[in-house]
Amino acid sequence: MSSWERFLDTFFNARVMAKYWPDILYGMWVTIELAVLVVITGIASGLLLALLRAAGIRPVNWLMIFVVDVLRALPPLVIIVLIYFGLPSVDIAPSGFVSTWAALALVLMAFSEEIFWSGITAVPRGQWEASRSTGLSFTQTLLFVVLPQALRMTIPPLTSRTIAITKGTALGSVVAVSEILGQASSAVSNSYNPSPLMLGAAAYLVLFIPVVVAGRWVETRFAWKK
Amino acid sequence: MLDTFFNIEIMKAAWPILLAGLGNTLLLSATVVPLGLLGGLILALLARLRSPWVRWPLMAWVDFFRAFPPLVLLIFLYAGLPFIGLELGGFGCVAIAFFLNTGAYYGEILRAGIDSVPTGQSEAARSTGLSATQTMAWVILPQAVRNVLPDLMSNTLEVVKLTALGSVVAMPELLFQARQAQSLTYNPTPIVVAALIYFALLWPLVRLLSRLENRALRAG
Repeated sequence: MSSWERFLDTFFNARVMAKYWPDILYGMWVTIELAVLVVITGIASGLLLALLRAAGIRPVNWLMIFVVDVLRALPPLVIIVLIYFGLPSVDIAPSGFVSTWAALALVLMAFSEEIFWSGITAVPRGQWEASRSTGLSFTQTLLFVVLPQALRMTIPPLTSRTIAITKGTALGSVVAVSEILGQASSAVSNSYNPSPLMLGAAAYLVLFIPVVVAGRWVETRFAWKK
Repeated sequence: MLDTFFNIEIMKAAWPILLAGLGNTLLLSATVVPLGLLGGLILALLARLRSPWVRWPLMAWVDFFRAFPPLVLLIFLYAGLPFIGLELGGFGCVAIAFFLNTGAYYGEILRAGIDSVPTGQSEAARSTGLSATQTMAWVILPQAVRNVLPDLMSNTLEVVKLTALGSVVAMPELLFQARQAQSLTYNPTPIVVAALIYFALLWPLVRLLSRLENRALRAG
């Protein structure tokens, strides 16, 4: 066997790949599920918090700023480990999937709250004053005048942050979630062959290259013109 | 509740272990941040070459490493390289993975910074007799870095947080040590303390960034 053939046999072993590709495919499904849940719950809760912050209740805002800071300062993996290994001590035992989802959704909530809030404060004061003087209530002004303008500004930073956090789904493999990386790693240890890792890498590229390219497009399309 | 998550006895016992972990986390950060910056600088300088033979492969390279979750890259190196006879150990793998991954991010930021410096600056510097290298090093780069400083700092924060991934490949950094202590004591206190240490370490940076971001958006 030439060294090239040996290389192929090690990293692109057809027999191993044929055996394990259904596992990787299942992992892709779990990754997508996890990512969609994280994005929806994370961004929705971040937006709600930003709107609550606009109400300007001092003690609530201080608490919110502190919680957001904590979530921005801690590595996501530490939060996952804290939920997964910490909560069972008080008789709450979330699964790896739920722990990863909760941790990543919290992190995305914190970052998106910051981004939405920056967007809201960046809308000129005159917009507030003008719409209040036409008779709109505070809530109406916030929802129908300020928020639409703020959202447009927040799209580029929100996109790149969301993509970065979605890639954190791979951290789930640490707490036994059977997403792509978890599936690929266990296939490697079962088969003593790294080919499943190649399949896993390919699966990530198939999922995320379109997302990264689309993100690049969104960032240029909605770039804040000065 | 206090006994479970803030157990004083366990804190005392775990403290030296966690402190050793903190030392390794700081050491790891001090290695991977300059490595990532170096990788980014190389990419940003290559992006100056306008030739399509450089630009397209470069864009593909950056997108490739931005699409790859850092943990996947790390496991890939850690589990894959031994099969071709390369045993780099946890530290070597972490260093290479960060060089590639965070290099791509730093590269994008520095490229944007260099693009933000008006061409007149480089023309003026060149006409005073500075060489192309001198112009880049002493005129363009300092202004470029200043223009994208908040982004550079925010990426650095992410990189320091990413060092927690080292725990997955058995690097004895803060999270790894905390998990060791937790499995020895059957008590989550060490992880809570590790989280507190991360927070104490990174909170000042988070606060500063939050201010800078708000100011940037208001000015824009």
